[in-house]
Amino acid sequence: METISEYLSSDHHCCDDYFATAEVHAAKRDWAAAAASFEQFRSTMTHHFEMEEHILFPAFEQETGMTQGPTQVMRMEHEQMRELFARMAAAVTAQDADEYAGLSETLLILLQQHNLKEENVLYPMSEQAFGSKGEAVLRQMKEMSTVA
Amino acid sequence: MNAPDSGLSLEQAPPISVPFRFFLSAPLFLLLAALLLLVSGPQVLLSRWTPALLALTHLITLGFLSMIMIGALMQQLPVVAGAPMRRQLLVAWMVHIPLLAGTLMLVSGLLYSQTALLRLAIFPLGLAFSSFLVAAAGSLSASQVHHATTRAMRFAGTSLALAAGLGITLAGTLGGYFNLPLNELVGLHVGWGLLGWVGLLVMGVAYQVVPMFQLTPAYPARLTRWLGGSVFLLLCGWSLAPQLPLPLATWGTSLTAAGLAIGFALFAGTTLYLHKKRRRKLVDVTLRFWRTGMLSLLAAIALWTTAHLTSAIADDPRYPIALGILFMFGFAISVVIGMLYKIVPFLVWLHLQSRLPRDKPAPNMKQIIPDHGSRRHWWMHMATLLLLLGSMAWPQLVYPAGLSLGLASCMLWLNLLAATRLYRQLAR
Ligand code: HEM
Ligand SMILES: [Fe+2]
Ligand SMILES: [Fe+2]
Repeated sequence: METISEYLSSDHHCCDDYFATAEVHAAKRDWAAAAASFEQFRSTMTHHFEMEEHILFPAFEQETGMTQGPTQVMRMEHEQMRELFARMAAAVTAQDADEYAGLSETLLILLQQHNLKEENVLYPMSEQAFGSKGEAVLRQMKEMSTVA
Repeated sequence: MNAPDSGLSLEQAPPISVPFRFFLSAPLFLLLAALLLLVSGPQVLLSRWTPALLALTHLITLGFLSMIMIGALMQQLPVVAGAPMRRQLLVAWMVHIPLLAGTLMLVSGLLYSQTALLRLAIFPLGLAFSSFLVAAAGSLSASQVHHATTRAMRFAGTSLALAAGLGITLAGTLGGYFNLPLNELVGLHVGWGLLGWVGLLVMGVAYQVVPMFQLTPAYPARLTRWLGGSVFLLLCGWSLAPQLPLPLATWGTSLTAAGLAIGFALFAGTTLYLHKKRRRKLVDVTLRFWRTGMLSLLAAIALWTTAHLTSAIADDPRYPIALGILFMFGFAISVVIGMLYKIVPFLVWLHLQSRLPRDKPAPNMKQIIPDHGSRRHWWMHMATLLLLLGSMAWPQLVYPAGLSLGLASCMLWLNLLAATRLYRQLAR
């Protein structure tokens, strides 16, 4: 049986691949390819954030009663990353390779730290808090995938 | 893991001035090392015991490496371990200034053979390391996070306590406080300082940052689970082996030393292999510094192994110096600089973007430290490494080596300074 942790971690991994592809295309100034792979990266990430913000985090907050704790920090980091996505999209449109490279470098560290915190702390904590309800939460996230 | 908010609060990150005071001081010690190399010339390299070389060693190990490693730990420990360090600003003051002053005293004491200075240096250095270790232990003991990195950090901290304790004992012995066998103490001091404090910390940090910066696969759990602990135990065994009765003492020393060599070779080899497997295809400056570091570490291990098989090398006075160049400059300094070029611009960005108004985006990391600046530094760093190694064969090369080290440290300092000034300007 797949766990919440496994499901979301492998989604992180998948996003990383799109990230790396977009970065290489932008560095080579192959803007058509960069635009396509960046869009893929951004939409996968956005979908991932939505699964967390609409399903995982509320369920976590309900189970633990912690609404100001870790989920709040994670939401704030999502916001910071969304801002970087917007600026990266603008850099792709403007075909500005230096700007893209700098933003991409910044996003990489922010994103990886964020993922580490989720994978090491938040996901295991959630599984523990959900107990047998975990399966339902996972199913909801997967259903959101098929609808989207 | 059971603690409600372990690892997830930004409030735990200290003010930016805490790590930056350490980062900005360190290159100046490297610059002093370059000047010392230029002033003393080829004589420095006659033997590992020349006063100038002992001084040079501590400009590097205390003034540069420990300075940056402590600064980075004060920043990262609360984040990695998920437990705040109490009174960070006070601790930063109690560590930074005494470390700065104590290093200068120790170095001049060693350089001019001034026993009074050596005796005096004990106090600031003792204060600096004990303040740091007490604060770090407080943070780590409150931590609920247990993974390979925090484990390696605990071992590295314990090693620092031993290395500094032995260093202080050595300085006290030279200063006439105690009457102890110098040679054996120096061996232990070097082992715990370089392999324990520097080596184990780099390992623990690598477990986290290598996958993160280059998108490599994780280090194999089989490796991270036991490597740090084994290196630590091997160091303990290697320290105690000489106390055994005779044939056993020799065997014990050789076996544990071989174990240490294998442990570090595994670490360096795995890191290079992971770099090869990375999904991020760009070659950035941090990757270059880390590859240089891992190749130097392997070269150091190869040299050490050869010396154990060939007495002509082992007896050559240049052998320990070459080993020191490979380990301290090629490995440790490279890795530490590679880290700085990620941490410094990221911290500036992170602190700026939380302070600037929404319509004014923070500059990105490459605007904070431009690539051409750090890449130029890497070339100068490589030139320095090759010239230092070359000076083993042609002693006159210490002059260009000193010059190039001086230039490289200025480049590093100016890159860090530019980032700091940008922060000051915008954060106002
Ligand atoms: C409290 C801090 C320290 C003090 C007071 C100290 C003091 C000393 C002294 C007095 C010596 C021997 C000099 C002689 O025999 O004439 C020495 C050697 C040495 N120390 Fe330190 N030390 C300190 C920290 C460190 C650290 C943290 C490292 C490494 C990371 C280090 C690396 C070395 C090395 C490599 C040598 C030996 C040089 C050689 O064998 O050629 N020291 N130290
Ligand atoms: Fe997230
Ligand atoms: Fe996530």
